[in-house]
Amino acid sequence: MTTVEHVQPGHQTAEMTARAGRPARPRRRRRGLLTTIVWYLLLLALAAVVLYPLVWLFFATLKPSSEFGRNSGLLPWEPTLDNYARVWDGIAGIPLWRYGLNSLIVASLAVVGTLGSSALAGYAFARVAFKGSKILFAAMIGTLLLPFHVIIIPQYIIFNQLDLLDTYVPLLIGKFLGTEAFFVFLMVQFIRNIPRELDEAARIDGAGHPRIFWSIVVPLLRPALVTGGIFSFIWTWNDFLGPLIYLTSPENYTLPIALRLYNDTTSTSDYGATVAASLLSLIPVLLFFLIFQRMLIRGVATQGLKG
Amino acid sequence: MAVSLYLAFTRYDIFNPPEWVGFGNFVRMFTDDPVFLRSAQVTLEYVLLGTPVKLAAALAVALLLNSITRGSGFFRSAFYTPSLIGASVSVAIVWRAMFAGDGPVDSSLQVLGVELGGWVGDVDLAIPMMIILVVWQFGAPMVIFLAGLKQVPTELYEAAQVDGAGPVHRFWKVTVPMLSPVIFFNLLLETIHAFQVFGSAFIISNGSGAPGGRLNFITLYMYKRGFADMQMGYAAAIAWVVLVVVAIIAAIMFRTARSWVYYAGDNR
Repeated sequence: MTTVEHVQPGHQTAEMTARAGRPARPRRRRRGLLTTIVWYLLLLALAAVVLYPLVWLFFATLKPSSEFGRNSGLLPWEPTLDNYARVWDGIAGIPLWRYGLNSLIVASLAVVGTLGSSALAGYAFARVAFKGSKILFAAMIGTLLLPFHVIIIPQYIIFNQLDLLDTYVPLLIGKFLGTEAFFVFLMVQFIRNIPRELDEAARIDGAGHPRIFWSIVVPLLRPALVTGGIFSFIWTWNDFLGPLIYLTSPENYTLPIALRLYNDTTSTSDYGATVAASLLSLIPVLLFFLIFQRMLIRGVATQGLKG
Repeated sequence: MAVSLYLAFTRYDIFNPPEWVGFGNFVRMFTDDPVFLRSAQVTLEYVLLGTPVKLAAALAVALLLNSITRGSGFFRSAFYTPSLIGASVSVAIVWRAMFAGDGPVDSSLQVLGVELGGWVGDVDLAIPMMIILVVWQFGAPMVIFLAGLKQVPTELYEAAQVDGAGPVHRFWKVTVPMLSPVIFFNLLLETIHAFQVFGSAFIISNGSGAPGGRLNFITLYMYKRGFADMQMGYAAAIAWVVLVVVAIIAAIMFRTARSWVYYAGDNR
């Protein structure tokens, strides 16, 4: 409590208004050029450390098999594209593009499901007054705090009984039913900021909930839909546990599970192909990030989404 | 969830109907399963060490970024990248290679005269390696901190400066209290997140949790019990213990939050 009292807003308001007329930020100008240079050097060094694993991965894919275990340096001694050629041949008799396609199908359907269901649920929470909505909303926020452990086992048993193992249904059904609280929360927050007057005007014109949702809320919701869609895609793309549990036949595998095959040291593992395939599977995520980074980061900052 | 709770009190292998065993699973966990206890221990170590370090890094870098004027966009993106890919299998593979016996990390340390002989198979170094992996993903909480820092009125800093407060004093008396809701939010989320570590430990240890069970995090152990040994009832019981532990930690955080989280009445 003691630390807090120093910044009680009440104590400061007089001072704040008194200072409002002054030019902003004398604090920043006073700092020396030297400090600034040190700051930037520090940040650059940190960025180099943070990005090093990715750069290392990139160059590792160009190392011929003979160099693995001997050359731990960054640059390959004799750069080659052999690894990529072998990746193309694939593993378990299935070419890599097939796994990529599986991942793409699952992730794209996940995006459609997540956006559709979470926008609808978000609209319901933000705009429709229904019985128990407060309790339901609290319960939904509560699931944000739940570790996923608790539900995977009963879920698995249910899908086993429904004979849906080794299909994409278990991976996707939750997304279509709006069970991912993060996305519902994102939509609720966004819809709450849409002025209610718009709804009311539409209602006077005779529009019901479906029409208000579709013609007013959805178009205005676009930024949230884009952010949510990108996150949904990336998370599904990276997901490991779900496919590991539910997919049993190699031709249904998504990329992460296929990568595990490459990486399996008990079989004859091809190191070069493993790293090359790893890099290839990161490319969609990195591309998404490069294109939408501004939006993604803003999404994180305002909604507290995790990467 | 109800199914899960019911299963926790049964012995169930999918093929035969569940058999009621009362508290048998829980008793076995704490009295007759050293692997479980070990796995709980490494998980707690990982959560209790990794989360604070990650948040401290996130806050430190956020402060740095907040005090520069140009190029912060580039740095923000660079630091955020790991958060997007950190949980992926690809990164786990890279991590294993980098921290392997003759990998880049080891060779660089050798130059400095430190001989470690690989982190992946080392009982003492396996968890630090995982912690480095999670701290590497400091970008997501950092972005949230940055957004929080932007909300702190500069007038408060000026006022503190007029009162003769140095940078350290300003940090503790202005930044931390004003940022406390964000710190709390990040702390809660990162803790829960850390309990769920699975994919990277699975890949790095080849699904075994080796060396010496040091990477046998609780989710990995639960997976092995449930899906490899088909002890679904036991795995469900483990899941409930994890849930209760997380709930207790969250409750403690919410309880203590009252004394250190400061909500500015006017902008929230």
